[in-house]
Amino acid sequence: MKTYTNTGNKDTRSGFGAGLTELGKTNENVVALCADLIGSLKMDDFKKNHPERFFQVGIAEANMIGLAAGLTIGGKIPFTGTFANFSTGRVYDQIRQSVAYSNKNVKICASHAGLTLGEDGATHQILEDIGLMKMLPGMTVINPCDYNQTKAATIAIAEHEGPVYLRFGRPSVANFTAEDQKFEIGKALHLVDGADVTIVATGHLVWEALEAAKTLNEKGISAEVINIHTIKPLDDAAILKSVGKTGCIVTAEEHNHLGGLGESVSRVLTTNHPVPQEFVATNDTFGESGTPAQLMDKYGLNAEAIVKAAEKVIKRK
Amino acid sequence: MSNTQQLEDLTTQVRRDILRMVHKVNSGHPGGSLGCAEFFVALYQEILERKEGFDMDGIGEDLFFLSNGHISPVFYSVLARSGYFPVNELNTFRLINSRLQGHPTTHEGLPGIRIASGSLGQGMSVALGAAQAKKLNNDKHLIYSLHGDGELQEGQNWEAIMYAAGNKVDNIISTVDLNHQQIDGCTDDVLPMGSLKAKFEAFDWTVVEIENGNNIDAILKGMAEAKSKTGKGKPVCVLLNTVMGNGVDFMMHTHAWHGKAPNDEQLANGLSQNPETLGDY
Repeated sequence: MKTYTNTGNKDTRSGFGAGLTELGKTNENVVALCADLIGSLKMDDFKKNHPERFFQVGIAEANMIGLAAGLTIGGKIPFTGTFANFSTGRVYDQIRQSVAYSNKNVKICASHAGLTLGEDGATHQILEDIGLMKMLPGMTVINPCDYNQTKAATIAIAEHEGPVYLRFGRPSVANFTAEDQKFEIGKALHLVDGADVTIVATGHLVWEALEAAKTLNEKGISAEVINIHTIKPLDDAAILKSVGKTGCIVTAEEHNHLGGLGESVSRVLTTNHPVPQEFVATNDTFGESGTPAQLMDKYGLNAEAIVKAAEKVIKRK
Repeated sequence: MSNTQQLEDLTTQVRRDILRMVHKVNSGHPGGSLGCAEFFVALYQEILERKEGFDMDGIGEDLFFLSNGHISPVFYSVLARSGYFPVNELNTFRLINSRLQGHPTTHEGLPGIRIASGSLGQGMSVALGAAQAKKLNNDKHLIYSLHGDGELQEGQNWEAIMYAAGNKVDNIISTVDLNHQQIDGCTDDVLPMGSLKAKFEAFDWTVVEIENGNNIDAILKGMAEAKSKTGKGKPVCVLLNTVMGNGVDFMMHTHAWHGKAPNDEQLANGLSQNPETLGDY
């Protein structure tokens, strides 16, 4: 089976910061806003290089979303930066009315998504943001898997006209996708060929899916692995093509099973080609304090959980 | 440049439009709309430096943002009568398949609208963003916005008000429609807000008061004063004292007509107080 090499752990938020730095040089319409988390979002370089295009708004996320919507009027491409919790739930109505319904070209860039935020605990670990954002008409929802892909996605969304939710995380994780990749919004990436089960994963769970595929391979199970970096619009064709071959699917995400990638995949399957599905996701729960690895283990969001889900779903065929 | 009589005639016609629009669909917000009729007429006829036609970015012209979107009837009437879209389209207000939604939106592509509003408290942030874009574009034109007084109970306003002064956004004139009414009653009964002048000044804004916000000359004078105070390192707030329901005697000085349409008899009464001037749509 095809394998991937981790070129060294890196955090996806730094991929965002690097992408933003690049955009600062190449696109003069890109502006950035941050709500008192410049260091956490890795926006320091952009701020230093382009102080006139950087807006520190203080701890006032609602105002930040409105400012971003207004900045588009006059041709700017605003990138807002704060934690995923404060990027979505805290400002849902601002995004709904001033950005999504008004169809403003705002890029909502959200770090520290999910359990892997770690020790700060459940107040900051949002597991509902994908659902909140994908429900908004016209919103594109992207959750890249590693540093290189987050950088590429950051650069790509500047070229996309319309609101985008870009989700990434805090911890250092495997960096394994190509440094020079071209990021295509809405295009699933086929990582490993397989015949027995399809594993579609998003964000930090993509590397775990690759690790799971190796374990499954050792057990004589051939798993196909697909990286769904864009949850909306979803690449229905890639999913249907794969399950047409394997006949069952595991979805894996660092998010509640209610409202996440898994439910989007279920809709595609039930309306086109129903096959058994297992969810690797949190089970309608809040998180808690702990290290990222401890939390992903406790809440069943790692390679081991994916292997179990794959074995279970194959039996249901 | 229009003379005061022309502007007053237009205001009378706008009042008729407002009454007829909300009556036809038995819904909408006549009270606040009537209270701001003179302001909108003065704004679009005299104050805003506008280009012909409409484009979203509005570079090289003054821009206006309505934050209290429920007073859409007056906004639509004045936009139509200022040439943004056919006056006859006022006939479609709040009807299915209309560009004139209950609350203003860009979604249907209605010329003159740059942001959806209606969920309160968001407009000042948007206006400030547009003001920052003007600065980045070296566009010396101004941003105007309008907010309800009750709307200032929404916390996001105070984030925006703090931001504007802290960042010296001095190319904005935010007007507060001070009619002391909101859906549930007088603002002082619902949630007393104290002195808005003192509050804005405490947040380091320049404040201009217009004592009679239903008098066109007073509005023009006050807004000219406000404009003269832009570009001096501080955002500018205009406190516009208006009478809700102005121009229709039974709708005045009460919150009762905030979101209620007149019946046939009440419509006839209201129209009789405002004889046709420029022609009904």
